[in-house]
Amino acid sequence: MDNISREYLIKTLEKNRRMDGRKLDEYRNIEIEYGISKHAEGSARVRIGDTEVLAGVKLEVGEPFPDKPNEGTIIVNSEMLPLSSDEFESGPPGADSIELARVVDRAIRESNCIDLKKLCIIEKEKVWIVLIDIYTINNAGNLQDAACLASLAALKQAKIPEYKDEKIDYSKRKDKLPLTSLPVECTTVKVNNFLLSDPDFYEERWNDARLTIATTEKNEICAMQKGGSGVLSVDDVKKIIEISLKNGKSLREKLK
Amino acid sequence: MVYSKRIDGRKFDELREIEAKVGVVKSADGSAMFRIGDTVAIAAVRGPRDLYPKFMQNPKKGILRCNYNMVSFSVDERIRPGPSRRSREISLVTENALLPALNLEEFPNAVVDVFIEIIQADAGTRCAGICAASLALADAGIPMRDMVCAVSVGKVGGKALVDLNKKEEDYEEGSSDMPVAMLPRKNEISLLQLDGDMKPDDIDGCLKLAIKACKKISEIQRNALMGKYQMEKEN
Repeated sequence: MDNISREYLIKTLEKNRRMDGRKLDEYRNIEIEYGISKHAEGSARVRIGDTEVLAGVKLEVGEPFPDKPNEGTIIVNSEMLPLSSDEFESGPPGADSIELARVVDRAIRESNCIDLKKLCIIEKEKVWIVLIDIYTINNAGNLQDAACLASLAALKQAKIPEYKDEKIDYSKRKDKLPLTSLPVECTTVKVNNFLLSDPDFYEERWNDARLTIATTEKNEICAMQKGGSGVLSVDDVKKIIEISLKNGKSLREKLK
Repeated sequence: MVYSKRIDGRKFDELREIEAKVGVVKSADGSAMFRIGDTVAIAAVRGPRDLYPKFMQNPKKGILRCNYNMVSFSVDERIRPGPSRRSREISLVTENALLPALNLEEFPNAVVDVFIEIIQADAGTRCAGICAASLALADAGIPMRDMVCAVSVGKVGGKALVDLNKKEEDYEEGSSDMPVAMLPRKNEISLLQLDGDMKPDDIDGCLKLAIKACKKISEIQRNALMGKYQMEKEN
């Protein structure tokens, strides 16, 4: 699949099919593998087709924010490794990588899926900091949904280490990280007039516009991000919400 | 106290369980996973490709660029993402460990990039990285005159042994760690480092252990490469 042109992609879509034979709203095959690093509090590998992402959760003890003295904090970071794509370069995270992490962060934060009050150790002084690190291993399109799914899988598996005499004992992990819901992200791109779920590498490259929607099991929308330099109509947005709610359900099933 | 029995029950010249697989990163020109015990490395090769900025190009032959990195959650104390002094040094010695096996004269002005990621660490990460990288280079079809195999040898509690795990590396009564990389066909050494103290005779004994271990590793690497082509043939 080298260098598919935009014209070729559109021609294929006009015949009512995608290059890999999928329906417009269909995802590629999804695989989740848990516990890829025994040193992480929780970790997972997610594959969506040939796209592969790793996520790991580490817990540290730190100070709470002054306006939320009894709540733990969350930090999401992502590294678009040059290992995973010819187009990614070494060096500090670029805008794309920061966007990837921030959109995952929003889904997790705004869905309140982590019960942060239970991560308070001593009010105003000590709380657990949840550090989620995302690493891309292969980019075959739609890193966003894979990154979110991997992060949730890692969180779901995560156990809190023992904290005693001002020290964390990583060899003793007991209680599960308190999770209240499972937000998932679904990304759709618009190419010409076609709306494509779970875009592959070329569908993503040639998109006019992109919309990621994070949904919860209560059919609530907790985060959105429009990407790409083109525009979407109100009707497009409505359709994409509908598709994302439907696909979100089956993505969430994979986490159970 | 004499270290008479290894923590994980291995013989003193016994490697941990090894698993090797090529083609693990689909979009790369070559790639491999190498697991030894609880240490897991993946490597991907991208190139030969154009090298920029242009002044870095060599009109006589291609250059090799290695990047070794540990993912933040590969160890208990989270590693802050991004390069460190340690990862820079290991990238450099990895490059030097691999170069003697490569023939890059066919690729003037180009670069071959090797990216190594340590997913899970239990000592011996640079050696696992080199083993994975060597496999990935072969998988990418880069001309090589031999594989590169690497293993750490050393002395733990006064006893010479091969392939230290983390607990042995941290052994209280004294531990010295000597990573070695070799081109096994002629037993040529392309990486040699030492952390700890040893007598001249110890070095000789440890190198003998390394030679034996590298032969074993090279067999596993060859099988991994053959396995891939076998599978392609069957399909």
